[in-house]
Amino acid sequence: MNEASIDAELQARRLSRREFIKRVIASGAVASSASFVMGGLTGCSPRPAAVAGSVERLISIDVNGQLRRVDVLPQETLAMTLRYKLGLTGTKLGCDRGECGACTVMIDGTTYYSCSTLTHSVRNRKVVTVEGLRGPNGELHPVQQAFVDELGPQCGFCTPGQVVAAVALLQKNPSPTREQARHAMSGNLCRCGAYDNYLNAIMRASGNTAEIHHGA
Amino acid sequence: MAHKLLGHDFTPHDVVAKVTGEAKYAEDFRAEGMVFARLLSSPYPHARVKKIDAEAALKMPGVVGILTPDDVKNPPAPEIPLLTLEPGYVGAPILLVAAEDETTAQDALEKIHIDYEPLPFHVDPLASLHPDKPNARTDGNVGAQGVKFQTLKWTRDDFANAGSRMPMGKAAQEWTFGDVDAAFAKAKLIIDEPFVHASNSHHSMEPRTAMAYWQNGKCILHVSSQSQSFITPALAGMIGIAPTDLVVVAEYCGGGFGSKGGAYPLQALPAIFSKKLNRPVMMRISRAEEYYHGSARLGFQGQVKLGFAEDGKLLAADLYVIQENGACNSFFDFRNAPDALTVLYQPEAMRWRGMPVHANSPIRSAQRGPGYNQMAHIMEPLLDRAARELKIDRLAIRLKNVGGLNAAIGPQRTPASSCYLKEALEKGAEQFGWQQRLARNGQRNGSKVTAIAIGQAFHPAGFNGFDGLLRILPTGKVHIHTGVGNLGTFSHSSTARIAAEVLKLDWQDVVIERGDTRRNLPWNIGQFGSNTNFTMARTNFVAATDALDKLKEIAAKRFGGTPEGYDVDGKRVFRKGSPGVSMSYGEAAQRAITLGGKYDGHELPKDINPMTQVSAAAIAGTGLVGVAKDNLPMKGAPSAFAAAFVEIELDTETGKYTIVDYLGIADCGTVIHPSGLETQIKSGAVQGFGLAGMERIVYDPQNGLPASVGFYQAKPPTYGDVARRFRTGAVDLPDPSSPLGTKGIGEPLLGCAASALLCAISEAIGGHVFNRTPVVPDMILNHLAGKPQAHGVLQVNCQ
Repeated sequence: MNEASIDAELQARRLSRREFIKRVIASGAVASSASFVMGGLTGCSPRPAAVAGSVERLISIDVNGQLRRVDVLPQETLAMTLRYKLGLTGTKLGCDRGECGACTVMIDGTTYYSCSTLTHSVRNRKVVTVEGLRGPNGELHPVQQAFVDELGPQCGFCTPGQVVAAVALLQKNPSPTREQARHAMSGNLCRCGAYDNYLNAIMRASGNTAEIHHGA
Repeated sequence: MAHKLLGHDFTPHDVVAKVTGEAKYAEDFRAEGMVFARLLSSPYPHARVKKIDAEAALKMPGVVGILTPDDVKNPPAPEIPLLTLEPGYVGAPILLVAAEDETTAQDALEKIHIDYEPLPFHVDPLASLHPDKPNARTDGNVGAQGVKFQTLKWTRDDFANAGSRMPMGKAAQEWTFGDVDAAFAKAKLIIDEPFVHASNSHHSMEPRTAMAYWQNGKCILHVSSQSQSFITPALAGMIGIAPTDLVVVAEYCGGGFGSKGGAYPLQALPAIFSKKLNRPVMMRISRAEEYYHGSARLGFQGQVKLGFAEDGKLLAADLYVIQENGACNSFFDFRNAPDALTVLYQPEAMRWRGMPVHANSPIRSAQRGPGYNQMAHIMEPLLDRAARELKIDRLAIRLKNVGGLNAAIGPQRTPASSCYLKEALEKGAEQFGWQQRLARNGQRNGSKVTAIAIGQAFHPAGFNGFDGLLRILPTGKVHIHTGVGNLGTFSHSSTARIAAEVLKLDWQDVVIERGDTRRNLPWNIGQFGSNTNFTMARTNFVAATDALDKLKEIAAKRFGGTPEGYDVDGKRVFRKGSPGVSMSYGEAAQRAITLGGKYDGHELPKDINPMTQVSAAAIAGTGLVGVAKDNLPMKGAPSAFAAAFVEIELDTETGKYTIVDYLGIADCGTVIHPSGLETQIKSGAVQGFGLAGMERIVYDPQNGLPASVGFYQAKPPTYGDVARRFRTGAVDLPDPSSPLGTKGIGEPLLGCAASALLCAISEAIGGHVFNRTPVVPDMILNHLAGKPQAHGVLQVNCQ
């Protein structure tokens, strides 16, 4: 998601950047003696919120090809909706503030950090999470299979985001070079350091066997 | 010897769940009636909580309760308290508030008024040893495991007379071997340098969120843990229950790197709170909070004096290490460091002094290669400096100093169970083309300089004395129970293949039982410290050997003769010479159930751990049970080594560099899982690159406030920061103390890479050694411009 697309998105949703940020932090991260503690833990309850002044609205969103009806707070992020209201816990929260990419999902084919996307902004758009990648008979997506074959994941926490980012890349560019893949994937951190395995997996999924690196 | 499974790749059973999102981590679990807890943490680096007024918060709609220090039983100081009234660092947990939803819980924190009395603090361990400077704690300033917690200050003269060396007063702990003065007297070259090794966050991608509830008197606890069985007794102690009343669910762990190796207080808090509220409690931890109590590597300030012979042999070493503990008790990196120096360079004589000092900075814990790697990062560039000054090739000086098969470790000169570092260096030099590449070392292309370098590292690689447990079911399937944990290295499965190898099993006939206490797990080591491969190879070997013996005994009972007259082929146990006289593993398992006693687990060995007793008793009667304590002989200290070769291109105009090519060679004994090893060599190197060039925690010394509380402020390596080409290799020679020759490797794979990169940076800029990690571009540019560095020589927790 680049700067221009963020701006376009916000404009389409008639939200200013300032308003977006205000909404995100509205109820969760009030400045105080402990204001250093946090940002971003907002509106996450499987039950109706008890937050004064917050009103949930029932909206429909298209997630993994299914129309899902869900009550959403104004400041609720897509990651929280997916994880706490739709039961889609494959999308991970590593930082909850747009730094790590563990929460990466596709919205209309483009990668977004779902921790930094308001759920209200995805009405009438197609959201794809890691749970939506398997084939109709449950078979792994070719990118998932390549991640398995190349022993891509280690701890696995960043992996769903890496898989989604790789799928989005190959949808836009089916034959990236290894350096192009490196650039495209650079918004997804992996503390285990499995970058080379992930790049090998992308090369494998795209059929670029010449750029799969192994051994001495 | 050719193996059926060892040395062959396989797809670990948990990989698919990781790529589909089905793998469940602590925050992915829900329980009916679950409430959310939020931590109220100290805004002061050191303070006394005089009064807590939570009345307004508790009246808020949706708030269900509060947990204060009065509700918990803290361990004796200076252990990490669960909740505290004397916070010793910014972010120290003081209390918890729970509410129906998390937003309300967070809002409630704002309504709580706490009356703090600020106390003196510091974030510089060395400076704090001055008699006029404050201590981090009111009850002492020095201590560690193996060192009494005490107040120990140096004299004003110790500081006044230091000159360009680090001030060095009385040490909390020290040792000497050999005649240090005599060895220095023989030296042709003396190097004597102060040094700093930064603290850096573990940066685990999964914050240490936990969720707990109680059911039928038992506590069900979902945690982020590297280890499984190993944490249970300590965690039960924190909660105040018997270990048998605690169910730990830790099937997946989103990274730990040492910080989630043992039980930690944040795991216990939701359990205690849940008991108080009689509601399930989810306590989420934010990324920022991870930087306070997610822990960090222990930083070093130190002085090292080295005496080399003309041929490059290290004769004598004199090392002083001040370790930054953080506010609470942590790890003992300072005592590990000199062991790495001794085993990597084999000095004739050495003195070590150590000082573990508390500071008002985050709690610390072991981080991949605790102490051993810091030592390698400081020593390897100095070894290169010696090579330059003595005009010796940098590979040659390493081969001159490297230990033999049973290289001596530490002051007791303990022999390594095996050391093939020499072979790793030679193999790496050949694969990398060291001699040929020397021709382009130092070549310039515009503002860019090419440099090649070598790094080495060491870490202990295993323990003994834990238990193995498996069972063969009447279906013929073999369930291998492992309590080691899931750090992401897949060694829970690769070590299970040791048992499968002994029983000659097809891998598809194996089921791994792990990740949840209720799966009846044995007492096993935690998954940390490069030890899993060695330790768990032994436990799985003894359990499988026990099962093998029982298969043969059952066959002998059925068909006559002695057990020695029988053998197995992976499916059947048969009479030697008469393969038609046989029964399947499944049939043998059914007979084991009929026979009962030791065969199906109703009689258990007396020497196994109580945890294993409980687990084995729970599966008794379901099949043929193989269970035993690892009483195998041990000779020497299990040890892992690694060597790295790197080529970089450093831009002298920006101070930045590209890692063009990286080769890591492992001495991990017999290779158990080739693709897993390749993964570890590469990814350990990635962490090493971060440590060498990027990662550190930063503190404002005036206010004690952390300045690195996000990935972007303490950046770990990204796709863009790592080597453009990784190569890997292994010595692949067996360790004699390991039943099938395997041993661990995780930690030195970081240390060799960081060392090699630090050496390459020095080589690219004409041999200057910074004696400091990380080496950031600003430092490189300042040096090249002849400008002073922004930091003091021994300044810590700074840029």
